[in-house]
Amino acid sequence: MSTVKLTVNGKSVSATVEDRTLLVHLLRENLNLTGTHVGCDTSQCGACIVHIDGKAVKSCTTLVGQIDGANVTTIEGIAKGDQLHPMQAAFRDNHGLQCGYCTPGMIMSAIDIVNRHASDLDEETVRQELEGNICRCTGYHNIVKSVLDAAGRMKVAQAAE
Amino acid sequence: MYETTYHRPASIDEAAALFAKHPEAKYLAGGHTLIPVMKQRLAAPSDVIDLAKIKEMIGIEATSDALIIKAATTYYDITQSAAAKKAIPAIVYLTSVLGDPAVRYRGTIGGSIANNDPAADYPAAVLALGATIKTNTREIKGDDFFQGLFSTALEDNEIITSVSFPIPAKAGYAKMRHPASRFALTGVFVAQTKSGEVRVAATGASQNGVMRVPAIEAALKANWSAGALDGVKISADGLMSDIHGSAEYRANLIKVMAQRAVEAAG
Ligand SMILES: Cc1cc2nc3c(=O)[nH]c(=O)nc-3n(C[C@H](O)[C@H](O)[C@H](O)COP(=O)(O)OP(=O)(O)OC[C@H]3O[C@@H](n4cnc5c(N)ncnc54)[C@H](O)[C@@H]3O)c2cc1C
Ligand code: FES
Ligand code: FES
Repeated sequence: MSTVKLTVNGKSVSATVEDRTLLVHLLRENLNLTGTHVGCDTSQCGACIVHIDGKAVKSCTTLVGQIDGANVTTIEGIAKGDQLHPMQAAFRDNHGLQCGYCTPGMIMSAIDIVNRHASDLDEETVRQELEGNICRCTGYHNIVKSVLDAAGRMKVAQAAE
Repeated sequence: MYETTYHRPASIDEAAALFAKHPEAKYLAGGHTLIPVMKQRLAAPSDVIDLAKIKEMIGIEATSDALIIKAATTYYDITQSAAAKKAIPAIVYLTSVLGDPAVRYRGTIGGSIANNDPAADYPAAVLALGATIKTNTREIKGDDFFQGLFSTALEDNEIITSVSFPIPAKAGYAKMRHPASRFALTGVFVAQTKSGEVRVAATGASQNGVMRVPAIEAALKANWSAGALDGVKISADGLMSDIHGSAEYRANLIKVMAQRAVEAAG
């Protein structure tokens, strides 16, 4: 057992857990943040992606000890109160989800993609960058549309801040 | 996953000392091979010793002769490195098509080479460029390092500290990506050293892991062009045959990927 200290969605968290605990289990089982999903558990699907210090990584492939002291953001931490994050709003408006299972991971990856590609985001780049996120429902078309739409909205939101 | 004890040493010496105390331990870097394998219970180290935060193991330097990448440098940091782009752009390209963005944030060059997956990308670059692997105890030539599937010249307790790639006159990489895993269905790295030697390595093809391809080396030595490989026949003997592709298919891919790699190298 070890005690790890993290900041999760802006709140300080301290948890004493077995060293074999994966971040996704800490989030879902100890912190009741069940928005982060386990799709494959073999590091392939991206349903479990969260931000660790701003980078989109697979929480099913991360031991909590590895990120002791880090800042974690999950799907629950991106809206501002009632106001959806522009990426969430774009997924809703563009029908970017069907069953929704992959969506938290898609959205966390997509925010990271937009952050990394300020000006050069086109359809091909979005498709390449989403390689680590698998969706069984949508055929990706509306997901790509959502991300491109959100890229514009995030720029506007940033300019307004 | 079986129980384990996690350690985060601050230096290479501290990591090695921890291993000496816990002989059933394993080093952990990006964790993007080791953690999945532990989850499948195919590995059950008593202790995991995390190398990823050791400052002296992170960073990229280029001299006029070599590009030196410290072992715990992540793929992402390699793709962002201006020094690496200038010194050996083919390494940056190889890294940019390795796995997916989340894998590239965590995976490290040292972990990839230590693991020696038969379909991994970096082993092809190490072999084709004639790189040198530095460890906490010695230097190992790339030619002597890879010893068949998932097996290397490393001792269990040995730590790769950096990889030094001689800067080539020309180099290029091309791979047929497995559409689901992104691993190499076959990848070929071609290099012409500054002294004119041609070295070609293929990954994802052989049953014994990464290998040199003498037939392609000879043809490119005579004439460095994609067209020079048109007539080359690669034998399917000893190549992998599985659900993803037959040995004959991979033999043909070696040639086609080599041609694309030569075109990329210019
Ligand atoms: C979805 C997915 C897709 C992938 N696609 C690709 C791909 O296309 N191409 C590719 O090449 N790879 C691919 N990989 C594998 C990935 O590159 C791994 O990151 C890599 O194999 C291991 O590096 P790591 O830093 O994660 O090491 P870890 O998983 O932490 O360690 C792997 C092994 O190396 C040992 N080790 C680590 N660092 C050192 C060191 N410095 N000295 C000595 N021993 C060390 C560990 O003890 C362990 O045995 C993929 C992985 C995933 C999950
Ligand atoms: S659950 Fe983590 S990648 Fe699928
Ligand atoms: S919406 Fe169902 S898996 Fe993506």
